[in-house]
Amino acid sequence: METILTTHFADDGYRRIDTYRRFGGYDALRKALSMTPEAIIDEVKKANLRGRGGAGFPAGVKWGFLPKDLSRPRVLVVNADEGEPGTFKDRVIMGRGPHLLIEGIAIAAFALRVHLSYIYIRGEFVREAKVLDEAVAEAYAAGFLGKDILGSGFDLDLTVHRGAGAYICGEETSLINSLEGKRGWPRLKPPFPAAVGAFGLPTIVNNVETLADVPWIVTHGGEKFASIGVEKNGGTRLIGVSGAVNRPGVYELPAGTNLKEIIYTHAGGMRDGKALKAVIPGGSSTPVLRPDEIDVAYDIESMAKIGTMAGSGGVIVIPEGTCMVRALSVLMNFYAHESCGQCTPCREGTGWLKKIVGRIEAGKGRAGDVELILDLCDNMMGRTICPLADAAVMPAQSFIWKFREEFDRHIGEQKCPYGNRF
Amino acid sequence: MPTLTINGMTVDVPQGTTILNAAKEIGVEIPHYCYHPKLSIAGNCRMCLVEVEKFPKLQTACSTVVTDGMVVRTDTEKVRKAVTGVLEFILIHHPIDCPICDQAGECGLQNYYMKFGLHKSRYALEDKVHKKKVQDIGGQIVLDAERCILCSRCVRFLTEVTGTQELHFFNRGDHSEISIFPGKPLANNYTGNLADICPVGALTTKDFRFKCRVWFLKAFDSICTGCSKGCNVDAYCKGDILYRLKPRWNDAVNQAWMCDFGRLTYKAMNEARLLTPFMRGEGGRKVAAWGSLLPDAAFRMQAAAEKGGPDRVAVIASPQSSNEELYLLRRFAVELLGTKNLAFTHRVEGDGFSDDFLIQADKNPNSRGAQLLGVPGGAAFDALVSRIKAGGIDALLVVGNVIGALSEEETAALLAKVPFVVQVGTNEGPVSKAATAVLPSASVAERGGTFTNHAGRVQRFRSGFPARGKAKTPIEILASMGNRLGAGWNFAGEASVFTAIAETEAPFAGMSYDSIGMFGQEIGK
Repeated sequence: METILTTHFADDGYRRIDTYRRFGGYDALRKALSMTPEAIIDEVKKANLRGRGGAGFPAGVKWGFLPKDLSRPRVLVVNADEGEPGTFKDRVIMGRGPHLLIEGIAIAAFALRVHLSYIYIRGEFVREAKVLDEAVAEAYAAGFLGKDILGSGFDLDLTVHRGAGAYICGEETSLINSLEGKRGWPRLKPPFPAAVGAFGLPTIVNNVETLADVPWIVTHGGEKFASIGVEKNGGTRLIGVSGAVNRPGVYELPAGTNLKEIIYTHAGGMRDGKALKAVIPGGSSTPVLRPDEIDVAYDIESMAKIGTMAGSGGVIVIPEGTCMVRALSVLMNFYAHESCGQCTPCREGTGWLKKIVGRIEAGKGRAGDVELILDLCDNMMGRTICPLADAAVMPAQSFIWKFREEFDRHIGEQKCPYGNRF
Repeated sequence: MPTLTINGMTVDVPQGTTILNAAKEIGVEIPHYCYHPKLSIAGNCRMCLVEVEKFPKLQTACSTVVTDGMVVRTDTEKVRKAVTGVLEFILIHHPIDCPICDQAGECGLQNYYMKFGLHKSRYALEDKVHKKKVQDIGGQIVLDAERCILCSRCVRFLTEVTGTQELHFFNRGDHSEISIFPGKPLANNYTGNLADICPVGALTTKDFRFKCRVWFLKAFDSICTGCSKGCNVDAYCKGDILYRLKPRWNDAVNQAWMCDFGRLTYKAMNEARLLTPFMRGEGGRKVAAWGSLLPDAAFRMQAAAEKGGPDRVAVIASPQSSNEELYLLRRFAVELLGTKNLAFTHRVEGDGFSDDFLIQADKNPNSRGAQLLGVPGGAAFDALVSRIKAGGIDALLVVGNVIGALSEEETAALLAKVPFVVQVGTNEGPVSKAATAVLPSASVAERGGTFTNHAGRVQRFRSGFPARGKAKTPIEILASMGNRLGAGWNFAGEASVFTAIAETEAPFAGMSYDSIGMFGQEIGK
């Protein structure tokens, strides 16, 4: 099976530029600089490269949103604020193959006529930030960043900027505010970042994995990349499998690999011979699946068809014996803590959900609490500037829809049937 | 001009209009908290959600710009549930302390709850998040974080209008609150506006707290007398007591704002007022009757002019007087007393501080009007004071409570040089303590008229209630004194005086109360 990103990740030296170049690193950049920016964008479009941050927006189309007018400088921002619970794939790219990302940035910047770029990295990724800093310094020294890259006349500056640990700063406009030194609040759209982004300039924000795919696309062509995945969703995906499996970890698999196969073949199946109870397929915000629903292709369209999302590629495997109310309570605590406080429904709704789910789990649930949760979800979904409210609502709704009897038992028995205590 | 349909009604609006403002045009109310016409659009309260055809999600009416053919509905079940839902979220942590809240009666939460809420609370009392109450954050403002709905109007005001940025958001989620940084209180001269723009009781002014329930108050149109800017204000009274001033919107003058000094100018209209006419004689101060005092004052002024010549009498006008009053006073001095000794005084408080926004160095509302009506200030006033000092004046009519920047002692010493001093004034002060005859005058809240601001804009102020005590309007006083001296004036109130001004005074030619209207009219336009 062909891998695009992780081929040399087992080699600890791969994070250094010498090793990276020994395996053909930065050849794609050299090739890209001999192409026209339009030709590069064409290849990316042909590749069916979908954004790997969670929303799955086609990268080539997004790039096309930049204004044609070149009178104002543009900015490329890399979203490395990987904060979605269950997702840990960008971390691996930055820690093991930082030059993949830097080369991808350089190619994308050339294609987008950008001369200023930032990597906004999650504050908790201390080691990865250090690795990136060293890699950026190496790239500058080798002439892959800075002035007149490889004698092409193309200039690009790249700065690694560390966040301070807020989930919301993974939302692109919030990230831009944070990058500018402001409070990490999502911005009202329009205008979209492609028109008015970082420092008021046209800005493209791309996920780490998305950009790391770009060098391979330039080297091998968009069609080859597209042929690896499925229709509309090209290439491979880094899938982070966590929870009760024998081999949790990050797996690079073609988009559209069967989810059941991911869990049972690649991740080694259920740990301790336990039965599967539920799967959160694409990061904690995505609607949960029952075991009978996981025989599905893991790509954006197929997952949407069954009412969930491939999201950011974080598969959380939940074994039998897990209290789903408790699991939801953990998630609700997270979203209540991370709501930025800007929009009313999210600010108040996430906290309210947390308290209701918390009291159900604590054996103090009231008749009508489940209906109340669903009604509040209805009042939150799609009612806010950014999708954080939706991110809290999707697990709440799906946990209730699919595991309703557990909620009812908690309320009926006034205790957690699994014996959990807070 | 895009055309859109709102609830089945079609309306044309200019390019760039938002749904919220388009709806306002046709009388459709879309509830909102964070939107304020004078501030940037935040779109975070989520109250103004409406259904727009072809959009899968509800849209915020405050931020969505109208496009041609747009079909908007605000009256569907989906919208109603969304709005009620947002209101419920806003209210879950609210302390519901309306009985002790100054905002009660003009509170966005009360108003919208009655219109869009009327729901029973589904929130457990013990789950309420408590925040800091009664915080003195500087300026005129007290902050109650529990009442705050985090609409961010105040934060935007301090960023976009004053540029001082004292208030910020702190914490996240349902623990979010606005506050100042420790030791960095509000430090600008426009803090009172924060209480005005706060849609709830989170920001209230120290001055108005616990003074009066707002439903007892009556508002009337007035003009701030604190400086020559002429900020349009709504004055609020109960009976004959003023309780507060709030800015009245006028884009040509003060937009929606006023300064903190101006906001407190109403106090002088309540306190230490001159309420009865009196004469000062050998036995001290004696209450007098208008019926005898007015002719007495008029005739004694005239007698002095006849005896020593018109140069021996003088009139000191006030730039706190209206155009109408200054006009009559000038005619009284020039036509009836025949004197050229006429000038207006300066009232300078503090250091004549000014800024590049509203606050003007000239702390009078009508210096410009006085000049335009032929009443000089400056050097003419200084010369007049010198003349009085030198004992050159036998009878003096003073309008106003002070003479220049003179202290009480200096005023007493100056007026001691004049055998007969008549004052037309509103408040006890240096002049009333030294004048021979004191004619109590209605305050700006008790009379009507016009001021001409520093930029030459003529603006009307109205009477909110009849003159307190036995005070009379200066127009009544001057007309009745003038008529005793044979003026034959037949004025019925300030409007008829203004008509006369418009006929004979070139700068005001062609103006009328109608043409001045709600927002004033510039001289020469």
